[in-house]
Amino acid sequence: MLRTRVIPCLLLRGEGLVKTTRFANPVYVGDPINAIRIFNDKEVDELALLDITASREGRGPALQIIRDFASECFMPVAYGGGIRTLDDARQVLAVGIEKIIVNTQALRRPELVAEIAREFGAQAVVVSIDVQKKLLGGYEVMAAGGTQKTGLKPAEHARRMVELGAGEILLNSIERDGTQAGYDLTLIRAVADAVPVPVIACGGAGTLQHFRDAVTEGHASAVAAGSMFVFHGRHRAVLISYPSRSELERALP
Amino acid sequence: MITIVNYGMGNLGSILNMLKKIGVAAQITSDPAVIAQATRLVLPGVGAFDAGMENLERTQLIPLLNERVLEHRVPMLGICLGMHLMTRGSTEGNRPGLGWLPAQTVRFATTEPGMKIPHMGWNRVQGTRSSPLIDDLPEEPRFYFVHSYYVHCDDSRDVLLATAYGSSFTSAFQRDNLFGVQFHPEKSHKFGMALLRNFATQVQ
Repeated sequence: MLRTRVIPCLLLRGEGLVKTTRFANPVYVGDPINAIRIFNDKEVDELALLDITASREGRGPALQIIRDFASECFMPVAYGGGIRTLDDARQVLAVGIEKIIVNTQALRRPELVAEIAREFGAQAVVVSIDVQKKLLGGYEVMAAGGTQKTGLKPAEHARRMVELGAGEILLNSIERDGTQAGYDLTLIRAVADAVPVPVIACGGAGTLQHFRDAVTEGHASAVAAGSMFVFHGRHRAVLISYPSRSELERALP
Repeated sequence: MITIVNYGMGNLGSILNMLKKIGVAAQITSDPAVIAQATRLVLPGVGAFDAGMENLERTQLIPLLNERVLEHRVPMLGICLGMHLMTRGSTEGNRPGLGWLPAQTVRFATTEPGMKIPHMGWNRVQGTRSSPLIDDLPEEPRFYFVHSYYVHCDDSRDVLLATAYGSSFTSAFQRDNLFGVQFHPEKSHKFGMALLRNFATQVQ
């Protein structure tokens, strides 16, 4: 039996880790290498590292930081941020990362997804989709860190990405990001039911029950969380944590 | 010393990182002179079967590897695609595999609704017999998997570990000096460290 993967999602900004709320107001939460050592001790299932300023600054991946990070990771790691070309992906995979996360560039030049999948296999390509709830109902895919509208519907975009070779979909709800108020289950289910590959729910996790809901009601294959693993208590003091194995086994299918 | 065969497929850096962490000397190479001296070999690999065989053929290392593994009986550990390449072939591709043991690589059948392929994530393993590779693993061993194909051994005595996904499949085999693991020990925390340490120190 495969237990649902529980994935800390870490946001890189410059050389430090931050946590955002609704994709804004980044708060510094620590040094990436220190964080990874703690997550190693806690034997986390997998990690996602997202450089949130690379695309906005129009630059590629910060290879030295990624290399240092990957050399300490004894679990699978997915990296996203500034992957514009097959060569960017190649370089990031070569330093010890397992999966490439593409977001903005998959919207600008979808063939990139096919190119990476052809060379490294579908399991190495995660397409990240940032979704905004529309005022009059429905959902829209956003580009460039939630700053640009695309007019695309999440399920349709996800299906197209899977056709091109995406092995997983990382689905982010912009309005739930950093709120710890629970996942947007309607959104997750719409996408998870539309594609045959695993969907990772992201945005809004605050409790183990939220994880469970994402799987049982949202049909997610894996769950990701940021705030829940880096903040502690009402005042959001920075403290890196991860549920114990027995807690996860009790909470998750 | 562990010698990791570099044929341009997969995450060599990760394996080296973990071996360094557990204090095992290792090298990555495609140099025939180095492979001719190797005492323990690792065939890594991530990606498609035919691409893997093509790359391996391009290195022109296959006759040497055949000799080292089949005649000199050097312990060889195939990881993921590396494990698949050790078989006769795969339904994923058209090229013949290395054919070092009587086994075939086949695709997962979807046996339950909602069963996603690839099989991706952490899963348990069940030992079917004793072997220096898997003896004394930490309790309730689990490993990280990501694959759509798995190895079916003709001879069930070659099966070392079994894992349940839909039905049960072979997650590790051993036939004499030939070892294969479907999961990624280099990405499996203390469980992977224990297995790689076993391969480095216990396997003869």
